[in-house]
Amino acid sequence: MNHLDVNIRRKRYAGAGAAAVETLRFSAFPGEFVAIVGPSGAGKSTLLNIISGLDRDLDGEVQVDGQPLHPGGATPVRIGFVFQEPRLMPWLTVLDNLLLVLDKEPQSVARCRHLLSEVGLAEVEHAFPSQLSGGMQRRVALARAFAVRPELLLMDEPFLSLDAPTAARLRDLLLTLWGELRPTVLFVTHHLREALALAERVLFLSRGPGRVVLEVPVHLARPRQLDDASVGELHDRLLAQYPDLLSGLVEPDSQPESDVGDSGRRVFQPLKTVP
Amino acid sequence: MLRPTDAWLRGLSLLVFFSLWQLAALWVNKPLLPAPSVVLVSLWRELTEGSLLHHLGVTLARVAVSFVIAMALGTALGIVMGRNRRADAAMDSLLVLALNIPALVTIILCYIWFGLTEAAAVTAVALNKIPTVVVTVREGARAVDRQLMEVAGVYRVPPLRTLIQVYLPQLFPYVMAAARGGLALIWKIVLVVELLGRSDGVGFQLGTFFQFFDITGILAYTLAFAAVVLGVEAALMRPLERRLTRWRL
Repeated sequence: MNHLDVNIRRKRYAGAGAAAVETLRFSAFPGEFVAIVGPSGAGKSTLLNIISGLDRDLDGEVQVDGQPLHPGGATPVRIGFVFQEPRLMPWLTVLDNLLLVLDKEPQSVARCRHLLSEVGLAEVEHAFPSQLSGGMQRRVALARAFAVRPELLLMDEPFLSLDAPTAARLRDLLLTLWGELRPTVLFVTHHLREALALAERVLFLSRGPGRVVLEVPVHLARPRQLDDASVGELHDRLLAQYPDLLSGLVEPDSQPESDVGDSGRRVFQPLKTVP
Repeated sequence: MLRPTDAWLRGLSLLVFFSLWQLAALWVNKPLLPAPSVVLVSLWRELTEGSLLHHLGVTLARVAVSFVIAMALGTALGIVMGRNRRADAAMDSLLVLALNIPALVTIILCYIWFGLTEAAAVTAVALNKIPTVVVTVREGARAVDRQLMEVAGVYRVPPLRTLIQVYLPQLFPYVMAAARGGLALIWKIVLVVELLGRSDGVGFQLGTFFQFFDITGILAYTLAFAAVVLGVEAALMRPLERRLTRWRL
């Protein structure tokens, strides 16, 4: 997949007064890992539903290389989606849950087995989801998303409500798989450290109706963890400059570090860059 | 698997039932209530020398055909009404009406309109059952998990595979409930249909016995019939349900 352009002029749910998302624009480069951070009600899930094609009732476009991502018929781009909940079919085994989303090709089974062994679930391929722990179910969901060899991977707070070590393991797994297949990733979270640890670029959304208020390139060396000093320092610096950032507020100011970008949003200039 | 204690309890309850019946018959000591031993002898005679197997077979065939028709049409209609609010609104009052029309009315009208034919008999039975299937399956269609359907949508799972692997498994408990209730209802209605307008089948035989006041014969046929029902439940319905719900822990 190539360049992704999202331009949502307005998205409003039937019956709702205010728009859920308004003038939300951003782009992502091929293979880029973009995190999207915003307060509750900023329209983060709405955004992913629009990009995935689940929700097509809007004023705006989602394009890849200038072509609509969801034309009338088949979508030209392979999309993976990891939801907040694992959303596995309880009546299908682990392996069948992966095979469900794949074309019936001879090599599909081998690819699924390979992925399952990569996420450490080779032994439970014939188990049903209810026999697995929450963390294991998330790994199946992750494997399912990568099974389609996604060009675009959408993730909606996928590691929410997991204990810290399990979440850390899943993040490592995600980065490994991302490194192998290099899909463009849009990772929605409200966890700032998680965003900084994972992404190459973080977009901050305003309170609803959501639009991008700040863009932060992250040039920290990988591998990096949530509790790394470099992540902590960027985290603290961001919050020092924009105390209400996580509530979606970025005050207009004239700090030297920030610059108004071409899209009218602020771009955070990092002090240190690691090549 | 059926646990040994379960099987034992099932057997025990039957044994208690027959013992009580035998005692009651001894106590009453009249031809109006023949003892189970007498009935069993009569059953054996009907089975080996009489025409019980023929009539039972005919009845079973009618049950099977009407069951399949009622389940297929009822499930399809239930899905449509559960998914589509307009279809639901349009057909709901008709459904309530159909649910409350006495079986006897449907049967008589079918015989009058279509003649005393096999098709009329099967139609009458199916018409009686379809509304209850619709009601149950409609509940299931309303309870379908949208989140799982979204998974199929995002990953562009082909429609037929979505139906078989994502949609229908969610409907299965409802279809199964409709099938169980359905069999119970259809058995009963088929006998009435046979009594009123067919010249073979268990219902027809029961009518004949009634005219001769042959209570032993009536009870012998009833026992044979009950055995078949229990057999179908144990050999078909329960294994099917176990197989399709093995993912539940």
